[in-house]
Amino acid sequence: MLFTPTVVKNLLKKPATRNYPFVVREGFPMYRGELTINIDDCIFCGSCSRKCPSQCITVDKQAGTWQCDPHACVYCGYCRDACPTKCLDMKDVHRAPMTEKITWIEQGTPPKPKKKKAAAPKKEAEAPVAEAKVEKAEEAKPAKKAAPKKKAAKKK
Amino acid sequence: MATTVIPFGPQHPVLPEPVHLTLKVEDEIVKEAIPALGYVHRGLEKLADIRDYHQMITVCERVCGICSMIHAVCYSQAIEELMDIEIPDRAALLRVIWSELHRTHSHLLWLGLFADAFGFESLFMQFWKIRERIMDINEATTGSRVIVSVNVIGGVRADLSPDQIRWILSEIDIVEKEVRQLQDTIMNDYTVKARTCGVGTLTKEQAYELGAAGPTLRGSGVAQDMRMLGYGGYSQIDFEPIVETSGDCWARSTVRFRECLQSMDLVRQAISKLPEGDIRVKVKGNPPEGEAYARVEQPRGECVYYIKGNGTKHLDRLRIRTPTFANIPPLLAMMPECELADVPVIILSIDPCISCTER
Repeated sequence: MLFTPTVVKNLLKKPATRNYPFVVREGFPMYRGELTINIDDCIFCGSCSRKCPSQCITVDKQAGTWQCDPHACVYCGYCRDACPTKCLDMKDVHRAPMTEKITWIEQGTPPKPKKKKAAAPKKEAEAPVAEAKVEKAEEAKPAKKAAPKKKAAKKK
Repeated sequence: MATTVIPFGPQHPVLPEPVHLTLKVEDEIVKEAIPALGYVHRGLEKLADIRDYHQMITVCERVCGICSMIHAVCYSQAIEELMDIEIPDRAALLRVIWSELHRTHSHLLWLGLFADAFGFESLFMQFWKIRERIMDINEATTGSRVIVSVNVIGGVRADLSPDQIRWILSEIDIVEKEVRQLQDTIMNDYTVKARTCGVGTLTKEQAYELGAAGPTLRGSGVAQDMRMLGYGGYSQIDFEPIVETSGDCWARSTVRFRECLQSMDLVRQAISKLPEGDIRVKVKGNPPEGEAYARVEQPRGECVYYIKGNGTKHLDRLRIRTPTFANIPPLLAMMPECELADVPVIILSIDPCISCTER
């Protein structure tokens, strides 16, 4: 009997629910929904894949591919926060349902040639000046020279 | 009288989660209950070997969907203690706000399920209707309804704007008004009392000796609440633990109902004391070798996290003790001499979370 006033109020009010498939509530602006990427801005640094707790993102810098398993994604938004170029974004809508598993691959252009060309002449230019001035710098130079060799070996 | 053995669960309409109890029954009176757990074990603690200590927050949040925020807070506190990090005041109070919102929606969810267990479907719908407002606050302020993912080591990721704070306060006023309208029904209604009063009684001594936690303990008259330790932002907030003395299902539901109202008061207090400033500090390096221990109050009771660092980005050991695990021996003590029809009500009265228990 104590619930009767609530029952009467509910009868007189409008329904508390929506007629869902036909009436869809708008998402809140901050909602972490569908993940999107602007592949043109991506520099393939791999920050997103390193931060991803579900390890659903794979970045291949050589091939210029950004790969994601949308079914493993937990929508935490860590990748979006970690992206230095802010090319990752999350829409305020749910991802559309799928009937079969897919792997989402985006093909982009990695910006590595610019870095190589810019880095090589600088080292060559700095090397003679450093040799002439300071002897202590010799200890640091082999390490600097060794680093690019290692990178090259990895790429092969 | 011959004993009949009735399996209760693992799949049972009263519970969405797989708890299995073997009930030994004589003439519809339960004589003994034997639990069997382990149906949904996921091995989340072992994941600490694969995920680094930052990524483990998202794993800890997924121990339990309902108290996800508070699991993350507990894990973050343990890591922060190990790494000797002090979080900003604003972050500590923001954690309190979201934790209390989680407690409110967890209790509202449970009150609905409890009404469902004794067959009051209309009351069940009413509580869940109110809960939607809290879920909307979560979604608007953090970006997700249940798994909020706002905790990071060293603070929180999201901040509250003045507009959002005003909106939260107005929503909480509405929620409190709507919850108070149901107070008479859940506490004084004849049919509700007939199903809950004197059912599954746990005495104060039993509750203390068997190590009950949370509302199960407080419903039996022991005033023990981990928030009284003053962890995080709780040191700046005034409150008293809510205690009932009868120790039956009615007492436990009343404790949860009153805690709902208390949580909303705590949100208001935390908002009024929210200082300006940073919401997170930068964390560098890995957890050093050593151990840390954190305990917090979840909607269901005391939760304990033990971590052991080895100087790398992976933890050596992560051990979680959840409140439902502590509440299973008291549950078995409530069962003898109860009627078979009361078993679902008694099981629900401890607010069992099996995914928490088995991790």
